[in-house]
Amino acid sequence: MNFVIPAFAPAIPEMVLLAMASFILVADTFWSKRYQFATYYATQIALIVAAYFIMTSFATTQVITFDGSFVRDSFADILKLFIILVSLGIFLFSKEYLLQHKFYSGEYFVLGLFGVLGMFVMVSAHNFITLYLGLEIMSLAMYAMIALRRDSSDAVESSMKYFVLGALATGMLLYGFSMLYGATGSITLPEVAQIIESGKADAVVLSFGVVFVVIGLAFKLGAVPFHMWAPDVYHGAPTAVTLYLGTAPKIAAFAILYRLLVEGMPGLVADWQTLIIIMSILSMIVGAIVAIVQENLKRMLAYSGIGHVGFLLLGILAANPDGYASAMFYVIVYALTGVAGFGMIIALSRTGHEFDKIADFKGLNARNPWLALMMLIIMFSMAGIPPFIGFFAKILVIEEVVKAGFTWIAVIAVITAVISAFYYLRVLKAIYFDKPNDESPLNPISSQLNWAVSFVSIALLVLGLMPSSLIELCYQSIGMQ
Amino acid sequence: MIALSDYLIFGAVLFTISMAGIFLNRKNIIVLLMSIELLLLAVNTNLVAFSHYLNDVTGQIFVFFILTVAAAEAAIGLAIIVLVFRNRKSINVDDLGSLKG
Repeated sequence: MNFVIPAFAPAIPEMVLLAMASFILVADTFWSKRYQFATYYATQIALIVAAYFIMTSFATTQVITFDGSFVRDSFADILKLFIILVSLGIFLFSKEYLLQHKFYSGEYFVLGLFGVLGMFVMVSAHNFITLYLGLEIMSLAMYAMIALRRDSSDAVESSMKYFVLGALATGMLLYGFSMLYGATGSITLPEVAQIIESGKADAVVLSFGVVFVVIGLAFKLGAVPFHMWAPDVYHGAPTAVTLYLGTAPKIAAFAILYRLLVEGMPGLVADWQTLIIIMSILSMIVGAIVAIVQENLKRMLAYSGIGHVGFLLLGILAANPDGYASAMFYVIVYALTGVAGFGMIIALSRTGHEFDKIADFKGLNARNPWLALMMLIIMFSMAGIPPFIGFFAKILVIEEVVKAGFTWIAVIAVITAVISAFYYLRVLKAIYFDKPNDESPLNPISSQLNWAVSFVSIALLVLGLMPSSLIELCYQSIGMQ
Repeated sequence: MIALSDYLIFGAVLFTISMAGIFLNRKNIIVLLMSIELLLLAVNTNLVAFSHYLNDVTGQIFVFFILTVAAAEAAIGLAIIVLVFRNRKSINVDDLGSLKG
């Protein structure tokens, strides 16, 4: 048996990120005493370096290495670049939040960096093992991050809940993998697809596998009926961590959904499409209706996130490349909007006061008109009101669903979008029409965050005015597959 | 000779027991961790059985990865349980209900 050295070049961004994360982990123990922010800056530099390596070797064709377990294509590269972009924002906001709430520690950034590494591996996974490992690298980092605030009873409780349900989801996914492996005799995605296509695999075992895989993925995405963890975890976790786990991991979860369902089992469309249709409709309905009664903004955003996942699944259930591209566009827009939304909560929070109730936003216009305007942009974008970017994300997925012949699902989607506009507007009503409890002017915790929130929010408007290049990017990267 | 279906039924039974353990258990968080381990063992049984009957070693390699990650997962789980106990002086599942809505 001869040993062939695999091509390492396609995985250089991951390797660089791993090396730097490990270095920062060790160096943090020395830095933390003398230079308070060294770990933070090193983390941001690590992300930028990884982005540089992706840009310089941007994949124009599909490269598969490590015996079929790792893939590098423009789909992966674009998603990785957006994961980095979102993470840069997350760490920027988190630093101020952690300082303000007095639990600043280098571990947050190191764990966050390892989480990003896990997302990278997920995005580039090409067999069941890499997919599983990527998912676990990301999840284990997130369990620890939620519990980082050791003295907060709520944070620890939500960490426990997330841990148990996350482990359950992984178990389901693995059970599905074992079935697929048993039916096809392979764990590499294209080979699995090929054997399913040839009809040699046992149909009953396969459909068992598909059901468990879809359930496992639905848990990770937070789609109804597997969404119970999302509101509790978003609410209980420190806002900096909520910001982290509500944005970037969604991009990675979309990537594995795409890799598994579209690249791994295109022959089983009929099986998974029905499941996705059910989950999509339920998610949109629950996301729209349950969010109305929420008094906590983080909890409301959790339910709104469930609704967004429903819309994202619309693109997948269309089951054609244009549909997948629209879902990809949706998830990127969702992550960017999420950064803006949770970033706003962070920017307004104070020591000992989370500023996460809708009542806290009463009369924000009188206290800080500029941030009130930014919040208006964020809420309009989430609700899908033109000319903000969220509108184009929604209209694209709905258009693809209609083209695929599911007009009735598109009707449900539009109705739920209208219902969900109600609770976004409720926040704006509190901001613009309610009397503030406290008339004093309210400034963000640092001028840096003022700039950051303004930048992200205005980006939502600018992208909304010229969305075509981003849309084109998504369609091209999927079309190249 | 034990047939493949016997192993699969055994795996399914383990899977069901662990599901019951997670959803019916109202006593202790440690039992939840045990159920999660059992869930992964059900998967491992499946993979090893398939690997044997397919005459393909990949499934067994997968099992190594699952075992390793399960150990890391248990470490984090136990650490979180310690935190829960410190904060609440109890590790009853029923006491984990303060976040609702």
